[in-house]
Amino acid sequence: MIGLIDCNDFYVSCERVFRPDLEGVPVGVLSNNDGCVIARSAEIKALGVAMGAPAFQLQGMVRSHGLVLLSSNYELYGDMASRVQAVLEELAPTVEPYSIDEMFVRFEGFSSPALDAHCRRLRKRVRQYTGIPVSVGVAPTRTLAKLASRAAKQAPGDAGVCVLAAAGPETRGLLQRTALDGIWGVGRRLVERLHLMGIRTAWDLRNQDPRRIRRRFSVVLERTVLELQGVPAIEMNDVAESRQRIMTSRSFGRLTEDPGELREAIREHAQRGAEKLREQHSLCRAVLVFLKTNPHRQDLPQSSPSLIVELDRPTDDSRDILHAARLGLQRIQRDGHRYMKAGVMLLDLVDAHRQQLSLLDTPQRDADRQRSERLMATLDTLNRTMGRGTVKFGMPSPDAAWHLRCANRTNRWTTRWEELPRVRLR
Amino acid sequence: MSPPTLYRPQRPASALGLPYPETLIRAGLSGFPSPAQDYEGRQLDLNEHLIKRPSATFFMRVTGDSMEAFDMYADDLLIIDRSLDPRPGHIVAALVDGELIVKRYEILDTRHCLTSGNPRYAPIPLDSCDCQVWGVIRAVIHEYPV
Repeated sequence: MIGLIDCNDFYVSCERVFRPDLEGVPVGVLSNNDGCVIARSAEIKALGVAMGAPAFQLQGMVRSHGLVLLSSNYELYGDMASRVQAVLEELAPTVEPYSIDEMFVRFEGFSSPALDAHCRRLRKRVRQYTGIPVSVGVAPTRTLAKLASRAAKQAPGDAGVCVLAAAGPETRGLLQRTALDGIWGVGRRLVERLHLMGIRTAWDLRNQDPRRIRRRFSVVLERTVLELQGVPAIEMNDVAESRQRIMTSRSFGRLTEDPGELREAIREHAQRGAEKLREQHSLCRAVLVFLKTNPHRQDLPQSSPSLIVELDRPTDDSRDILHAARLGLQRIQRDGHRYMKAGVMLLDLVDAHRQQLSLLDTPQRDADRQRSERLMATLDTLNRTMGRGTVKFGMPSPDAAWHLRCANRTNRWTTRWEELPRVRLR
Repeated sequence: MSPPTLYRPQRPASALGLPYPETLIRAGLSGFPSPAQDYEGRQLDLNEHLIKRPSATFFMRVTGDSMEAFDMYADDLLIIDRSLDPRPGHIVAALVDGELIVKRYEILDTRHCLTSGNPRYAPIPLDSCDCQVWGVIRAVIHEYPV
């Protein structure tokens, strides 16, 4: 069985661990430069504040509804995410981060009641150790686990755990209630085409003939149908990309500690990630770099370090992304550790077209932007027509100085000596 | 481009260790391996000593009046381990009305209470108000001016 551990309202939950006064308060976390809302608490969602809402439009509600808007504190979120991962690693043999706040884990050899109890224990422990509330969805496939974790989150009370069998009334009910766009990897355009065929719910899609779906659509959608039926068909590496994050990672053929090799791998992943970003017309706000040693070699030093580098402005420019990834790698790589896997994740994506309408993020000078866009387009064309990797970046380019606006950033409670929480003697 | 702000979520493995005292390592006479050889190169690691579970360990700084009952002074560094379940006698960081406060966890007349080291503050029953234990304090580090 595969479990998806999903941190509830992750950025806001991180803030609340150290700011208990924010419990029950509508909280939004803002993009770099305090431009727009990128993470929301349940209370602020209930008030109808949308993802991407510009901060200046919310000033009225700050006064009338006691909205709290915080600058993003990636340093804190990164630390808390790695704590959550570390706790999960104590309880499950393999943990694969899917995004900063979602992780897949494998559960093998549990009887059904034992699995349920184990998930409750796991959830309780993450909450106790780190303060972060999580939802746990478990099912035979990743696609079903994803649905299960959402069901767990929405379940009344404080259960937070949902275990689905491949077939069963519970699974059937959930699939019948799930619209197509609630299925992992099914995008808007697909939904329209499926509607034309009379397919409206996850249950309808599940009952299609996978081979027919493959002929009419794609292998990717065929896999989704299989997964809905309970047949594992999606591995981490061919996971359909979400619109919110892009991950590129790969295991090395053998363990390596060679800095040159690691640098090369990270550069490739960052470059590939940036290309994907441009293909889907998104910009990213932060870059996460991670390394992983081989957990099956307990005779060797173990670590799975990661680090988030915040970008000065949302960007799809390979140079900025490569530069950030490289800085991140420099900080996390340690001598004496032999790594099995390296990867790059692009976080907090935003639509490039909408971005241009936003006046709030620090504007890149027009001439600069056009030059950069031309360069990126040329780069992508060359790499597409002449083979991937024809043109690559060797060096980051120096660029204008930008300063982040982060007026409402909370302390970096866990990573800076000067910013530790204060506890009163009384 | 200005250097982006760097974030370091992963605590590095301890980079600072003290050498194990040399006097305990004696070379084998006559070519037999020394029984102390296992200890060769071993170092004392303060992190290992004070931090049992890195994922659940948080640091905090003390403010307020010194409290000799708890052997704590302003600006002391607290090592808080959330993986520990609070037991009577533990010194804890507790949330009282949304504020983090150092208390002792005790059972008074069968009631679970948070008590103060200072007699001016009455014990707070844990079930009565908006308060809960945030984490158990495992150690206090008091640094002298040097």
